[in-house]
Amino acid sequence: MLHLFRKRLGWIAGVLLLGGVISQPVHAGEEPLLLATTTSTDDTGLLDYLIPQFTEAIGITVKWVATGTGKALKLGENCDADVLMVHAPAAEKDYVGAGFGVNRRQLMYNDFVFIGAESDPAGVKGQGACASLKRIMEKKAVFASRGDNSGTHKMEISLWKTCTGGIPEKQPWYLEVGQGMLATINMAAERSGYTLTDRGTFIKYEANYDGNPPLRIVIEGDANLINQYSVIEVNPARCPQAKNERARKFGDWLVSKEGQDAIGNFRLLDKQLFTPNAGE
Amino acid sequence: MDFIVAGIAKAFQLLFQGDRETYSAVLATVQISSLSMTVSLLIGIPLGYCLGYFDFPGKKGVRTVVDTMLALPTVFIGLLVYAFISSRGPLGELGLLFTLSGIAIGQTILALPVVISLTATAVESLDRSLRLTLLSLGASGRQIFLTGIWEARLGILVAAVTATGRVLTEVGISMMVGGNIKWHTRTITTAIALETNKGQFATGIALGLVLLAMAFAVNLSLSFLRRRA
Repeated sequence: MLHLFRKRLGWIAGVLLLGGVISQPVHAGEEPLLLATTTSTDDTGLLDYLIPQFTEAIGITVKWVATGTGKALKLGENCDADVLMVHAPAAEKDYVGAGFGVNRRQLMYNDFVFIGAESDPAGVKGQGACASLKRIMEKKAVFASRGDNSGTHKMEISLWKTCTGGIPEKQPWYLEVGQGMLATINMAAERSGYTLTDRGTFIKYEANYDGNPPLRIVIEGDANLINQYSVIEVNPARCPQAKNERARKFGDWLVSKEGQDAIGNFRLLDKQLFTPNAGE
Repeated sequence: MDFIVAGIAKAFQLLFQGDRETYSAVLATVQISSLSMTVSLLIGIPLGYCLGYFDFPGKKGVRTVVDTMLALPTVFIGLLVYAFISSRGPLGELGLLFTLSGIAIGQTILALPVVISLTATAVESLDRSLRLTLLSLGASGRQIFLTGIWEARLGILVAAVTATGRVLTEVGISMMVGGNIKWHTRTITTAIALETNKGQFATGIALGLVLLAMAFAVNLSLSFLRRRA
């Protein structure tokens, strides 16, 4: 009996060890470039579409981590990424000013939109951003916030501050979700509430429902709602290990005619999600 | 509700149509859990044996600390490991962040207390007269150790199965240390988290079922060890 047990144990141990050995990284070339970016560029499928074109054109492989803008910036600060693609211009300018990033270049934009249930409980349809936020506050309508220091969250906070003087913190109708955009939209949909989203993610959300989603756009086109994306290289002076040369080539390609055309051609449900605007 | 049914159908689709992303996640999960389980068993069983077998001052304290570590949240472990292996951390040079090996390290920390604690319990419940019997038969220290492990094998098996379950299902460490990078460090559990966050519930259910199938396969093979050995 002991012999049989030992044999079976031996098999299992062998399989375990083999599994462990296989997982050792095989360096078949150089380490890929590490991009830290936001959930909106990833969830919309833009990166799945754009990055293979970059690799094909320039021959550099890229891995990317999609988290909120806050965490992406922090990863760059900690030298855990080589290049960033984010959308929080005010925070980005501070970031470059503090020396964490260099060579910030405008890439593309879309706009933010407010979405809400068809029933429009707070009656905000067709009004401007500020008027709507005031009404939402008055009517205590459910509002789902990203609550995670992302670019979208920062835009939302600046709107509350400009329009109503402050964030409706701790209010029972104000839900600080602390997760990505699609998760936040889903929470708003569950509670028939409102939220702020970038148009790209909204189109993706629409596509998930074959064009018939529970939440629709209620406010758009307000001058305050421009959503600007930029690419920033992690500062090689602070982070000597950062693959700066390749990061630069990545940024160069993105702002080149080829990259900008690729961005402009990205479609979901036949709609353009991002408008290229490098160098403007 | 219909996403659960859709999920079951999708699970078969993903598995039998060889969906590349799913198999990439399965492979990642298998690799890290093999590594972390191997290391935690190799270190944990002897440590657990010592904790259960020997009497020493502060034994109760050590046992309490180990048992408390059973309650370490995975996100917390992930954060600690990140602090160490980040570029700015003490182990930054090793380039372990956003790799499978990095996740395995975190999972080993997760599994060790489970293995140690349950092994100690198994060894403690051995018959008291075993030691004297072995000594009277002229056994060396090493032989006493090996015989003790053999006698406690069923309890140790429970330790291994429990630790494997903990390791296969955790998200916090994989997410924080691995970064959920597609094709590289996306595991089944981080894939489930991503899909559910995107609202793709059917895919989330499908991946969950794939994970269950894996766990079942593991336990099936371990059950052969349990048979009247």
